[in-house]
Amino acid sequence: MYNFDFVRPTTVDEAVKALGDEEAQALGGGQTLIPTLKQRLASPSKLVSLTGIADMQGVSKSGDSVVIGGGTTHRVVAEEAAGAYPGLAALAGRIGDPAVRNRGTIGGSLANNDPSACYPAAALGSGATIVTNTREIAADDYFQGMFTTALEEGEIITEVRFPIPKKSHYAKIAQPASRFPLVAVFVAQYSDGVRVAVTGASNNGVFRWSEAEAALSDNFATDALDGLTLPSDDMIGDLHGTAQYRAHLVGVMTKRAVAAAS
Amino acid sequence: MPKDGGIGASSKRREDIRFLTGEGNYTDDINLRGQAYVFFLRSDIAHGTINSIDTSAAEGMPGVVKVFTAADFEGVGSIPCGWQVTDKHGEVMQEPAHPVLASGKVRHVGEPMAAVVAETLEQARDAAEAIEVDISELPAVVDMKNALKPDAPKVHDDLKSNLCYDWGFVEENKAAVEDAFQKAAHVTTLELRNNRLVANPMEPRVAVGDFARGTGDHTLYTTSQNPHVIRLLMGAFVLGIPEHKLRVVAPDVGGGFGTKIFHYQEEAFVTFAAKACNRPIKWTSSRTEAFMSDAHGRDHVTTIQLALDAENNFTALRTDTHANMGAYLSTFAPSVPTWLHGTLMAGNYRTPLIYVNVKAVFTNTVPVDAYRGAGRPEATFQLERVIDKAAIELGVDAVALRRQNFITEFPYATPVAVEYDTGDYVATMDKLTEIADLAGFDARRKESEARGKLRGLGVNCYIEACGIAPSKLVGQLGARAGLFESATVRVNATGGLVVMTGSHSHGQGHETSFAQVVASMIGIDENMIEIVHGDTANTPMGMGTYGSRSIAVGGSAMVRATEKIIAKAKKIASHLLEASESDIELKDGAFSVAGTDKSVAWGDVTLAAYVPHNYPLDDIEPGLEETAFYDPSNFTYPSGAYACEVEVDRDTGQVTIERFAAADDFGNIINPMIVSGQVHGGIAQGIGQALLENCAYDENGQLLSASYMDYAMPRAYDMPFFNVDHSCQTPCTHNPLGVKGCGEAGAIGSPPAVVGAVVDALRSAGKDVTHIDMPLSPSRVWAAMQ
Repeated sequence: MYNFDFVRPTTVDEAVKALGDEEAQALGGGQTLIPTLKQRLASPSKLVSLTGIADMQGVSKSGDSVVIGGGTTHRVVAEEAAGAYPGLAALAGRIGDPAVRNRGTIGGSLANNDPSACYPAAALGSGATIVTNTREIAADDYFQGMFTTALEEGEIITEVRFPIPKKSHYAKIAQPASRFPLVAVFVAQYSDGVRVAVTGASNNGVFRWSEAEAALSDNFATDALDGLTLPSDDMIGDLHGTAQYRAHLVGVMTKRAVAAAS
Repeated sequence: MPKDGGIGASSKRREDIRFLTGEGNYTDDINLRGQAYVFFLRSDIAHGTINSIDTSAAEGMPGVVKVFTAADFEGVGSIPCGWQVTDKHGEVMQEPAHPVLASGKVRHVGEPMAAVVAETLEQARDAAEAIEVDISELPAVVDMKNALKPDAPKVHDDLKSNLCYDWGFVEENKAAVEDAFQKAAHVTTLELRNNRLVANPMEPRVAVGDFARGTGDHTLYTTSQNPHVIRLLMGAFVLGIPEHKLRVVAPDVGGGFGTKIFHYQEEAFVTFAAKACNRPIKWTSSRTEAFMSDAHGRDHVTTIQLALDAENNFTALRTDTHANMGAYLSTFAPSVPTWLHGTLMAGNYRTPLIYVNVKAVFTNTVPVDAYRGAGRPEATFQLERVIDKAAIELGVDAVALRRQNFITEFPYATPVAVEYDTGDYVATMDKLTEIADLAGFDARRKESEARGKLRGLGVNCYIEACGIAPSKLVGQLGARAGLFESATVRVNATGGLVVMTGSHSHGQGHETSFAQVVASMIGIDENMIEIVHGDTANTPMGMGTYGSRSIAVGGSAMVRATEKIIAKAKKIASHLLEASESDIELKDGAFSVAGTDKSVAWGDVTLAAYVPHNYPLDDIEPGLEETAFYDPSNFTYPSGAYACEVEVDRDTGQVTIERFAAADDFGNIINPMIVSGQVHGGIAQGIGQALLENCAYDENGQLLSASYMDYAMPRAYDMPFFNVDHSCQTPCTHNPLGVKGCGEAGAIGSPPAVVGAVVDALRSAGKDVTHIDMPLSPSRVWAAMQ
């Protein structure tokens, strides 16, 4: 790890100011950034921890949405969103292991947009709104490919608003080594239609499976998916699974998510 | 019935008190006054010519003590190989030089090119980044068969080719084997890969070098399974330090699994540099370094053929294996695919004719050497898998086919040079049939199918050669070392005693089970006995722990030394009791005169030995301390039968292990609880190999699985409860305890059972599958179903 300065502001404004310095880097729960620093693969001049900002903590219900502070840990979401949005809480409760869930934050996960992360599937599958210090971004506009988002330099995710669906479920098959999703699918049924978001599978990061959404919007049942397949062209192929296997798993996991949705 | 103590008791592991309370003393816990730290700059390319290494900027960095390159090691020896294989043409193997720091070329990702010694590790790392290395990258050889093509790039320019050796065994049998295949009623052929593994002990390797200028004494603290072997190899062959001026200490070691047998460059470096810098130097491997510098295991590609007659008797076997050596020859690498592999190809079966061909190949990858089982898992896997395939092709029951061909009379001379002294393969298979409830499998399969899952059963046998090894025999086979073991028993005046053993415990529980043996022999409490190991300064020359040899060879040396102690103590007792020595009996820690009520306690005899006021000084010396060396007359041959039941998810290819049973014959057992634990650990590693672990390189020699993000270690979650039994006991006939060794059995016996079970599950769904290469990842199993 290279040397860096460390600050832990208590307000969003202070954090934004601190991030204005050249080569300053926001730090959420550090579940990706700290290992990267330890391997000397990043050398920020200053780390701006977002964990001391009270306004970015916690889970609340606002109308038909669950609102989660950007600095909220997975464990807190798993516990506190369980009543309002059980599908989301269950997803948070199965990220990594207890150590990861006690440190990792929703804002950190969404800002990083790892193509195999869990939260992007929930945000895209719920049509969530990513709220930053400067604006609100619809999930459909936010995810722009592997490790790429609509966030500008120094922009901070302050909260995420998840519309609460009638039914939802997240079905995941774990990569055997990292236990990140090899493929995972978040399905959410709303009164105006069904959203299906897939993580772990595509070279382009999290994506919506529009054919499945159309079929499930007509008939929210597993047999609505019969005969639907995804091309494997853009799927990830690596040590843990071929592109064809991942394309196949998208179908399997979507069916399982529909079957288990509640 | 459980016993309270001594041989046969499940005494709790005394060492666990310190391990579980954080009171262990591991090499990284050792910090010496004035200690500096070394960071190795390792190659990130697999194959290249080093044009220059410019260390000038690094030398001026804060905290830097000295920067080393190959130029600093002129006159220093090559890291030696401990085994020389002679090939089928009578030629000795090709043996490349193995420098401490890369010289002229780099040959694998992770090879150290330069080393920075600094006041802190971070300063050493900072300075290493300032070293400018100019390398011209060369095409890498990764695939073994490509490496043997005439136009393949050479890993070592001064060798004729990338072929280390082409070994034929038994060469004289080759024609008869060919003939038997011509006459066979059926021939089954199977091609398979035994996947490359990374041992991943919980404790990574660490080395601390120290030099005392006032005396000229060197000390190396290191994570080793065999400190005397390191002292001999490094002292005599690399650094030219006589053994009396070099002490090697292997304190508590957190797991070895084979990969801590070998002498590594980092050990030689810290020993050398401690003198050059005149201060202690420490190296602690990071996990990433471990992946690219600890010797890997397995990595064989094999074609095996089994010939059967019209009655399904095995008539001949031939195998053709490419064995990956990596870029250099690690300490015992050449022996693994040959003498630890070819000699086991008979397995548990009466196959009269066997021919084994092994081509050992250099590639631009990390060196490959012994890993739990070492050669024997590779032999067992291919043999048991080809039998399963033959049963499928012949439409017969695979267990019945095995039973029909079992060796049933002992001793049995195999056609591959070894002679099994004892065994009862029918008994272990019967025991397995019982404990695994094989009769209930069909009902369990129906229950799984009712839940939409496929269920499969895999059953196989194994044999291994342990208690390594008769020195005379291994000397004929190319070993450059003896494989005896040693023990010194030092009895103290007040009756307690210390056993100093050349064996090394790095998780096996020797401190407990060795004490049980001596306690039983003398009839005293185990807690009166201390087991000391791991320090060349206070233990007799020993060859260390690997090859399931510690109780069979080290334990035998301890028995011999204790017998000498008892013989001398009887002389003392006869004097004290004024009786004839031949009338003295030792029982429950007291010496008595046969047929009388006269007796003297153990403690009175030991006190007399050191306070010899009333003592037969004319006949014997005072004191009570004896040393014995034991060299076995044969290997030991543990064997067993294993059964695995899996469920397979039809949609995802995910495999879960539902049941696992192991019936082992380890001969006599010292501590049943420790033996069960050894089997559990071995099975877990075997399941890891079968389902999860995969060390993979890309075509450029980049290590794809260089961290736990991509190298899948088995976890408790992946394991079922194991049903293990070791009540079938045919004692070894040639060592005093009748023991065979148990450390590797689980890792040897389990992979074919897992693969067989998955294949069986797929076949139950009508899939025409006979084999899937390990690891059986969901992706591979799903692909096999398509």
